[in-house]
Amino acid sequence: MTEIDESKTLKPTKGERKEKFRNLSNIEIKRLYMPEHIQDLNYVMDLGEPGQYPFTRGAYKNMYRGRLWTMRQFAGFGNAEQTNQRYKFLLEHGQTGLSVAFSLHTIYGIEAVDEKALGEIGKEGVSIDTLKDMETLFDGIDLSKISTSMTINGPASILLALYIVTAERQGHTPDQLRGTIQNDILKEYIAQKSWIFPPEPSMRLIVDTIEYCTKYVPQWYTISISGYHIREAGSTAVQELAFTLADGFAYVEAAMERGLDVDDFAPRLSFFFNSHNNLFEEVAKYRAARRIWARHMKNKYGAKKAESMRLRFHTQTAGVSLTAQEPENNIVRVTLQGLAAVLGGTQSLHTNSFDEALCLPTEKAAKIALRTQQIIAHESGVADTVDPLAGSYYVEWLTNKMEEEAEAYFQRIEEFGGVIPAIKANFFQKEIANASYKYQKEIESKERIIVGVNDFSQREPCSTPLLKIDEEIGKQQVKSLEKIKQERNNEMLKEKLEKLKKAAEGTENLMPFIIDAVREYASIGEIINTLKDVFGTYQEDSIY
Amino acid sequence: MPEGRKIKVLVCKPGLDGHDRGAKVLARALRDAGMEVIYTGIHNTPEDIVNTVIQEDPDVVMLSMLSGAHNALCPVIMEKLKENGINDVLVAVGGIIPDEDKPFLEKHGLKGFHGPGTELKTIIEFVKNNLKR
Amino acid sequence: MDYSDLIERLLNNEPRAAARLITIVENDITAAEEIINSIYKYTGNAYILGVTGAPGSGKSTFISTLTKILVEQGKKLGIICVDPTSPLTGGALLGDRIRMKEHFTLNNLFIRSMANRGQLGGLARATEDVIKILDVYGCDIVIVETVGVGQSEVDIFKSAQTVAVLLQPEVGDDIQAIKAGIMEITDIFVVNKMDLPGTDRKVAEISQMLELESSFKYDSNDFSKEFTKIRKWTPEIVKVNSKTGENFDIFLEIVDHHKKFLKETGIIESYEKNRIKNETLQILKHKLAKKVEKLISSNSEIEKYINLVMDKSLDPYSMANLIIKLLGIE
Repeated sequence: MTEIDESKTLKPTKGERKEKFRNLSNIEIKRLYMPEHIQDLNYVMDLGEPGQYPFTRGAYKNMYRGRLWTMRQFAGFGNAEQTNQRYKFLLEHGQTGLSVAFSLHTIYGIEAVDEKALGEIGKEGVSIDTLKDMETLFDGIDLSKISTSMTINGPASILLALYIVTAERQGHTPDQLRGTIQNDILKEYIAQKSWIFPPEPSMRLIVDTIEYCTKYVPQWYTISISGYHIREAGSTAVQELAFTLADGFAYVEAAMERGLDVDDFAPRLSFFFNSHNNLFEEVAKYRAARRIWARHMKNKYGAKKAESMRLRFHTQTAGVSLTAQEPENNIVRVTLQGLAAVLGGTQSLHTNSFDEALCLPTEKAAKIALRTQQIIAHESGVADTVDPLAGSYYVEWLTNKMEEEAEAYFQRIEEFGGVIPAIKANFFQKEIANASYKYQKEIESKERIIVGVNDFSQREPCSTPLLKIDEEIGKQQVKSLEKIKQERNNEMLKEKLEKLKKAAEGTENLMPFIIDAVREYASIGEIINTLKDVFGTYQEDSIY
Repeated sequence: MPEGRKIKVLVCKPGLDGHDRGAKVLARALRDAGMEVIYTGIHNTPEDIVNTVIQEDPDVVMLSMLSGAHNALCPVIMEKLKENGINDVLVAVGGIIPDEDKPFLEKHGLKGFHGPGTELKTIIEFVKNNLKR
Repeated sequence: MDYSDLIERLLNNEPRAAARLITIVENDITAAEEIINSIYKYTGNAYILGVTGAPGSGKSTFISTLTKILVEQGKKLGIICVDPTSPLTGGALLGDRIRMKEHFTLNNLFIRSMANRGQLGGLARATEDVIKILDVYGCDIVIVETVGVGQSEVDIFKSAQTVAVLLQPEVGDDIQAIKAGIMEITDIFVVNKMDLPGTDRKVAEISQMLELESSFKYDSNDFSKEFTKIRKWTPEIVKVNSKTGENFDIFLEIVDHHKKFLKETGIIESYEKNRIKNETLQILKHKLAKKVEKLISSNSEIEKYINLVMDKSLDPYSMANLIIKLLGIE
């Protein structure tokens, strides 16, 4: 790049509010952006038409002029029956896809009857133990008509098996099913912490699901490669971008090592990003993500199909940005964050409810969150043209900058020998811990202002009505699991679990064995424990 | 407090909740305030926590809970501490604790209840001012 | 203060009493004196194993696996994990308990985290006392784990009967990092992560270095060298995999062998004498340092001396000699 005379743009003129302006990735923002800041930008090579390589301007040609994004509100609490009612409520109010939040014990593959599940059942999501719960969860919802996203990682293969069998009992075949399992274990070690097994067997399970779906569930998105949780753990936007894409590349490499053709599986990989408060930074992040993914898929992994290079993503607004103080302000934050996701070309969106720093969303708060999306879609006009911010000196410069910084991170990860060695060296964990501590310090020193928290704050008692999860739900779930265990064919189940264990000791694809066990009403916990016997468990270092 | 004595703090995440950003930031802030901090990681059972308290003999235990399991787990922890004759340790819980749960938790001897957005210096002051020994 | 109740409960193997006594000796040297004075006669039963290694060498995984094996053998174990104090803030982050969680039961495992508090000799003094308390508490083995970088760590290891240093393949400079001081008192070199390539190269590097060292080992007269001399033990090298537990039997055999060696050669006795000498030296250093600090902050003569040094009519060495006279210990 030719030298740019920064005197006009970077240096502050007199009377500016701050000495330096920095976004949440600590990138210094100039006073003014000029044509020379993007003079090397090549329209065809760097941007391209929407729907064309390198997809910077959007994954599809018509974007929201064709079809609006999927409004997919993450929901789940209590037991399957309660969540089923909430789903029906959301669908009646115009939601177009389901997104399942699971209870923590389900996420860790721990049975409701286990003492470790004490106090956790149904608190953060819906409690699922067996096929029985899954049948209740989707009762009256036609699984061939709806697309379902399931936020599940350690036991992802089991939940997929449960979904397939639930649909089977509704009379549908696997090839009719549409949806996503998160199935992204790498970010669990990096940020979210709901791992079960060590990285290597976890990667095997993931490749098993990719292989299985490629053959039998072709419309299913096999991994939702997630930056959301990396960001929630305190990373910067650049780190979210870089670590998420690095994870994506690691899955591509693992599947290719299994002998799968990149063009067979890559079209079914999708992404999941966070949307935080800095509007332009977020937009630039999404645009850079599409470009980086396309470039690497084409140049490094030899993808031939456009579908394999096209990055599609779901967005959720930043839970971490919600404040418990003056919670109504969160409605405005969520609006800005949702807007950023739409301006960045998201394929689906979850907008948080304003009360989530206090509790699980109440019905009213959940409705406002959905309405926020609908207002962005139908009233703001931002969905009327594709990639409206393209060509802005600032946005294009920032998109370039995000790509550049992400590439620098890829280099560093490469130096560790890849994502898994870098995880074991705690590289990501340290980077994130440092970033989150720095952010908190900036808030404490009022370098960053959070309205209603460290400035403009009035302490007033919280008057938001809260959703309470009845402790009875836990007891009910325990009883219902005990009942199932009595009623099912335990002989048959034992046989199936033994077969699963044998297969786990070998190298066969485990999906068919898991499906067989699920049909016999094995609990998620029982399947996980069978696999733990073979795979062992993971222990983290303490990094902070 | 004798000369050379440092405030020793145990930062714990009870239950299955893995959201450890707050716990880690807090651990570092307490360190920077000159305290000796043990972070026990995630997924601690009440028994893990009480055993650690017995051996490490901290002045303060800080429980970080965001999953809604506080009403079920905190009283169990307090009960087990009592069983072991531990009554001179400040036990605080923070995270997402709805106002209406506070009286119940207070009754069981818990303090603090610092939620999202609390300034770190508020928590540091709280620790310094509420030590039981 | 009267510590007799706590001490009686310690003798009854009550973990809470052990923990509280540890807190007291850590914080208060005067109290420590009183406590050690009462319990010293009960000490001498625990075997003390020092473990160190550069960050990343897998110390906590190693100790975790070792713990599992020893606890399964029915041993009662004490573990002291020492982490550095931040020189800037005086605070410390102690975190090594995480990996131990799976074998944690109150009866047979006592883990205690300590910050080194950066005080001169103070850490070694406090650690010695903590070891004694765990000894009286009934631990068969006390493992002392440190990051192994500073002089104070070297001092701690002088109280260990067996010292193991962890190294890992693929890292070139960890031998260099650990060489000063600790290398000389190491009995067992453990090459961890033996599943990684470069393990045998690391083993070769260590034995090469040991050969080099042995050629001029007895030249010097300094404390560490003297210490090495009385050990007369050729350090062993073992490669292990802490994740699978592979070769831990060999490691434990070597520890056993070393234990027997110390006993049969009678070295254990000169070792004990040396340890007492060292420990007393640590206590003296600590006490004298306190005295000196107190003197310097309170004695009016000092101000005069400082002015003389400023005038160049006195130099700092002569001033130090005058202070020693004031202390009355020359």
